[in-house]
Amino acid sequence: MADPLDYIRGFGVTFKKLFEERLTLQYRGGKGKPGKPDEKREKGLRFHGRHVLNRYEDGMEKCIGCELCAGVCPAKCIYVRGADNDPDNPTSPGERFGYVYQINYLRCIHCDLCVEACPTQAITESKLFEFSFTNRNDAIYTKNELLVDDNGKPRWLPWEDWRDGEDEHTSAWMRATSPAGDHRYEGVVAWSGELGHGVRSPEVGQSDSADESSRPEMATTEVEQ
Amino acid sequence: MILALDPLYLTNIGLAVVLIALLKVVLAFAIVLVAVLFMVWFERKVIADMQHRIGPNIAGPWGLFQTLADGLKLLMKEDLVPEHSNRFVFKLAPFLAIVPAFLTFAIIPIGGNFESKGGSVRIFGYDTYLQVADPPIGILLFLAMSSIAVYGVMLAGWSSGSKFPLLGSVRASAQMVSYEAALGLSVLAVILQTGSLSTHEMVADQAAGGFLGFIPNWNIIVTGFVPFLIFLIAGTAELNRPPFDLVEAEQELVGGFHTEYSSFRFAIFFLAEYLNTINMSAIIVTLFLGGPSGPVLIEGIDWAWGILWFLVKLFVFLFAFVWFRATLPRFRYDQLMDLGWKLLIPLSLGWFLFLAALNIGNDRGWNPGVVVGVTIVGGFAGGALLMAAIRTARTERISQEVDAHG
Repeated sequence: MADPLDYIRGFGVTFKKLFEERLTLQYRGGKGKPGKPDEKREKGLRFHGRHVLNRYEDGMEKCIGCELCAGVCPAKCIYVRGADNDPDNPTSPGERFGYVYQINYLRCIHCDLCVEACPTQAITESKLFEFSFTNRNDAIYTKNELLVDDNGKPRWLPWEDWRDGEDEHTSAWMRATSPAGDHRYEGVVAWSGELGHGVRSPEVGQSDSADESSRPEMATTEVEQ
Repeated sequence: MILALDPLYLTNIGLAVVLIALLKVVLAFAIVLVAVLFMVWFERKVIADMQHRIGPNIAGPWGLFQTLADGLKLLMKEDLVPEHSNRFVFKLAPFLAIVPAFLTFAIIPIGGNFESKGGSVRIFGYDTYLQVADPPIGILLFLAMSSIAVYGVMLAGWSSGSKFPLLGSVRASAQMVSYEAALGLSVLAVILQTGSLSTHEMVADQAAGGFLGFIPNWNIIVTGFVPFLIFLIAGTAELNRPPFDLVEAEQELVGGFHTEYSSFRFAIFFLAEYLNTINMSAIIVTLFLGGPSGPVLIEGIDWAWGILWFLVKLFVFLFAFVWFRATLPRFRYDQLMDLGWKLLIPLSLGWFLFLAALNIGNDRGWNPGVVVGVTIVGGFAGGALLMAAIRTARTERISQEVDAHG
């Protein structure tokens, strides 16, 4: 038998809420007025957003057209066709490069298996999820949209709602899990991050998780240019 | 003679009197519509506040025009009539819901100087009450209208020619009919106290000086709080508002009786629902909290104080109804029926008999202590008999079920 006073206490609980903090953020899908900009919640470091195709520091594309991403994709949303590099004017270091690279965002489930499968860390995910289309063809992103620009940042396409800082840490998901999930990589600089960011601090694996303070800042250790 | 209680109609009825009566009707209509707009906004805002949200805040200042925008949107929607519906009844039902709601508002006194002028105000040189009509049957009109509103809900569900609306309307009629009994019995306590059915008389009665000079002579105190509580609970059930909103339990019945309604017909049901909420709050204020009666603090604008006190009291109950919705989970159907038939009706009937005994004892000069003692003993005896009857019936039913199903 419940305490009859609990009914009264329930009213007290709801009344108290009147004076508590609101959790709603004033987000209007990019239609914020001047003086009243959209509020956005900060996204997690390992957030899975839309993909980017990365490039090396010298501007070469990382993709080698191996199609492992397309093979592992559970939603079958990636289409890759590789081609031989022109020896005089190569697109990527090595023999092959991704000649055609398409992702259909009506199918993509943002599982990041493609990111894990990629042998050259060519494909990673940014934190952008606010993009939409008015027809099906627009949902298919090609290399034009996916490839990072000369500064190594994702392109801000006009129909996407980018905010400052959202195009950074596009490889955070990979570094967070330590490459290939191999514990030997813990505390070791396994691979450099995105183009233009130099070497980031190495991942601390789960065996060190008890020591919270030793967890690396995802913020970067910039290398002097 | 039906409207003759209003001093306006005691003078020679000429063009001016007719025009004043018309003005009152038009004003009441406008007030009601604006009040509904406000109420919908108010409910959404308060319930948002109670759930850590912000609520509507885009359309107009603080989102005040949100309801207007929603109404306009509904007007422009396609008006669908289901193929298997009874077309005439389907189109009639919304009006059966909205017209009684408007009519109920007519008997509510929303202002007047009850301190010195007997509840009347002067408009254009004529004394009149600030209510559209003050019929001698008064509060019975409210009970009659809330009964007719059941038809709107019932016929809407039935004529839709669809399963869920029918289930919703069957629930609605059972619920509204059973709670009407408790509602009427708690109104009886007030009628007993006032000795009149007229809403204006009730307010005037409560405006008289109370105990010790500062406790008001409101019926909530005079009738001993219990009829007020029963009226509040039964009223919530009558409105089909949470926690008694089984009629439109979204999780079970899609939209309840108005599932098949769209466009303006749906808007009418929506309007009627919120109008009934305002009406019920106003009736509670009139019956138990002295309506617009209250002190006139500044002479000269004495007409404004009645309206102010009325609005303040009304506001308390509008908030209370939203508060109920934010706090209480929905009743199960058998719990709803148990509460109505096994608790509220016997309790309100018992309390009515108790008040009646007190009044008779007072008239005959009996010893009040003995009267109270005897009625309490009688009440307990009756309650014990009722509980015994309920328990016997339950054991009978369970043994029958066991026999039938093994």
